Amino acid sequence: MKTVAARPESLTGAQYHYCPGCTHGIIHRLVAEVIDELGIREKTIGICPVGCAVLAYDYFNCDMLEAAHGRAPAIATGIKRMLPENVVFTYQGDGDLASIGMAEILHASARGEKITVIFVNNAVYGMTGGQMAPTTLLGQVTTTSPYGRKAEVEGYPVRMAEILAENEGSAYIARTTVNKPANVRRTKKAIKKAFEIQQKGLGFTMVEILSACPTNWGLSPVQALEWIDENMIPYYPLGEFKNKEA
Amino acid sequence: MGKILMKGNEALAEGALIAGCQGFFGYPITPSSEIAEYMARKFPQLGGIFLQAESELAAINMVYGAAATGARVMTASSGPGISLKQEGISFIAEAELPCLIVNISRGGPGLGGIQPAQSDYFQATRGGGHGDYRLIVLAPSSVQEMMDYAIEGFDLADRYRIPVMLMAEGTLGQMMEPIYVREPVKPAIEKPWATTGCAGRSPNIINTLHLSPEVLEHRNQHLQRKYDQLQANESRAETFMTDDADLILVAFGLMSRVVKKAVIEARKQGIKVGLIRPITLWPFPDAIIKEAAEKAQMFLSVEISMGQMIEDIRLAVDGAVPVDFYGRIGIIPNPEEIYSEIIRIAEREGF
Amino acid sequence: MAKGRVHLEIDRCKACQLCITFCSRNVLGLDEHTINSLGYHPVTAVNPEECNGCAVCAMMCPDLVIEVERE
Ligand SMILES: Cc1ncc(C[n+]2csc(CCOP(=O)(O)OP(=O)(O)O)c2C)c(N)n1
Ligand code: SF4
Repeated sequence: MKTVAARPESLTGAQYHYCPGCTHGIIHRLVAEVIDELGIREKTIGICPVGCAVLAYDYFNCDMLEAAHGRAPAIATGIKRMLPENVVFTYQGDGDLASIGMAEILHASARGEKITVIFVNNAVYGMTGGQMAPTTLLGQVTTTSPYGRKAEVEGYPVRMAEILAENEGSAYIARTTVNKPANVRRTKKAIKKAFEIQQKGLGFTMVEILSACPTNWGLSPVQALEWIDENMIPYYPLGEFKNKEA
Repeated sequence: MGKILMKGNEALAEGALIAGCQGFFGYPITPSSEIAEYMARKFPQLGGIFLQAESELAAINMVYGAAATGARVMTASSGPGISLKQEGISFIAEAELPCLIVNISRGGPGLGGIQPAQSDYFQATRGGGHGDYRLIVLAPSSVQEMMDYAIEGFDLADRYRIPVMLMAEGTLGQMMEPIYVREPVKPAIEKPWATTGCAGRSPNIINTLHLSPEVLEHRNQHLQRKYDQLQANESRAETFMTDDADLILVAFGLMSRVVKKAVIEARKQGIKVGLIRPITLWPFPDAIIKEAAEKAQMFLSVEISMGQMIEDIRLAVDGAVPVDFYGRIGIIPNPEEIYSEIIRIAEREGF
Repeated sequence: MAKGRVHLEIDRCKACQLCITFCSRNVLGLDEHTINSLGYHPVTAVNPEECNGCAVCAMMCPDLVIEVERE
């Protein structure tokens, strides 16, 4: 018998604090597997966000920093500019990246910073208890859009992958999800591509991953994965939006 | 080597390079932009990093990341920009990342004006952002000190793992004076905590989140011990003719030089006045002021603000003698003005 | 068909049932008779002999509960 699935070395194995069925855990594992496969654990430096993944520094088994809310891309810039031979990634939620950190992500991309951004879009502020996010869908009920998000009041959800793909500095931009095995495989491929393109120095790379927040969506973990298919993918289409290698 | 003529902002920037600074991250704002411009010209040849950030928020966080790699790095800004940096400075203070933050100060509140002011004193000396923390704050009074304190600032930052602020009036940044250019420094302090990739060691974590109350309190106590140590060992002031003085003027930065002139004039008239110039605004030179208060009859705080440092002087004096105030904003009071104020007080008090 | 085996670190399990849902051979189920250290009825192999070692369960598990071996 040979082991075909086990904890990657790039995870410490510390017990996650995430809710049952939260797909942050799957995404952590994929990032770690890619780091293992590329053999870059000892030169990778990660930056965690403010959001549910704030404790990711306890989970990734490489040098880690914890950022102020939304500022991870600026911190990543500072690190990568000083240590261009290292591999630098940020791990950010949608409130972190697409709301308070909009300027930092947009300019990191515009500058073509050679970093990889793992963008976890769960259409809600998880950590603070389910408030509206910039990616909350029209009609979606959250604690701060209790009657459902209305375009006239709260405006429209932002499509970050599409926005950032427009920037000349972006070298690889993809949107994937982890709601079923085939999509998990595709997500891993996209993450790997992003890290590879970072290492080739082609520019800014980001994988936006549609992720489930069963707790704040008020759904069971299995229903939450279906909700991604039914509600998120129609508004946030999957695919590669930029690939300077292709 | 002889002296060469340099502008304050450029002397500061050159001082940073002499100290081995490898990165500058900033956003333009008058009257600090020349520091960025100097670095933008120099770094490409020296192999350092100059990056104009999209905002001061981004700039200070780039400093956070770059300082975390163990490199000597800095930023420079003024008034509104320094306010925006406060979020990052609080994180940097707790993460104990050494770096140099320059405030070439201007008048506020709001957009204020670009004229000289010292009204960021509270912001600089109380930490400035959220939480219990301090910065070392150095206040140069000459172009030479702009260079020297930049060099020393990096050294203090590394030794204490603390962000160091260098605060100077815009006028000092613009002034030209002949100075000695110092010899290049080789940073000698090891930084085993730096996040550089974990080859050959276990991962380093740079973090400011402490969910457990015990850990949070422990972290705060740790910082406090460092601040106590700084207060005991690093507070510094220049004293001038204070030994027999009835009236001691307290002023920092460029202001102190103007005050010194007035003190010399008043002495010629036989009035016993002296000057204390705090060099470290934090740690404030309490002990020097307290000691002077044992002999002097009165203190006069002279500031380019509506009165901020006066609170620290009062704390140091602890009621022993009265502390008076003279201040302007947007304008550096001239020596004649201060001389007149000394005469007024001397006549009133019978010194 | 290849034969597989799952190892379950049941104290990490939060009973989200993603593994159970995606296992095409109904190998896994919740153990209603056990409460793990997190307070959940953890996953267990109810039909271990059916496992073909495809590792889909481990792929969908958010919590590093599952290791899979294959012949
Ligand atoms: C400056 C600042 N503002 C607000 C907060 C509070 N806060 C913490 S997490 C969070 C939202 C995070 O949501 P998201 O980025 O979507 O990540 P998720 O928790 O959903 O993974 C907010 C607003 C903070 N920590 N700092
Ligand atoms: S609140 Fe949502 S995003 Fe946060 S851990 Fe729970 S399920 Fe995951």
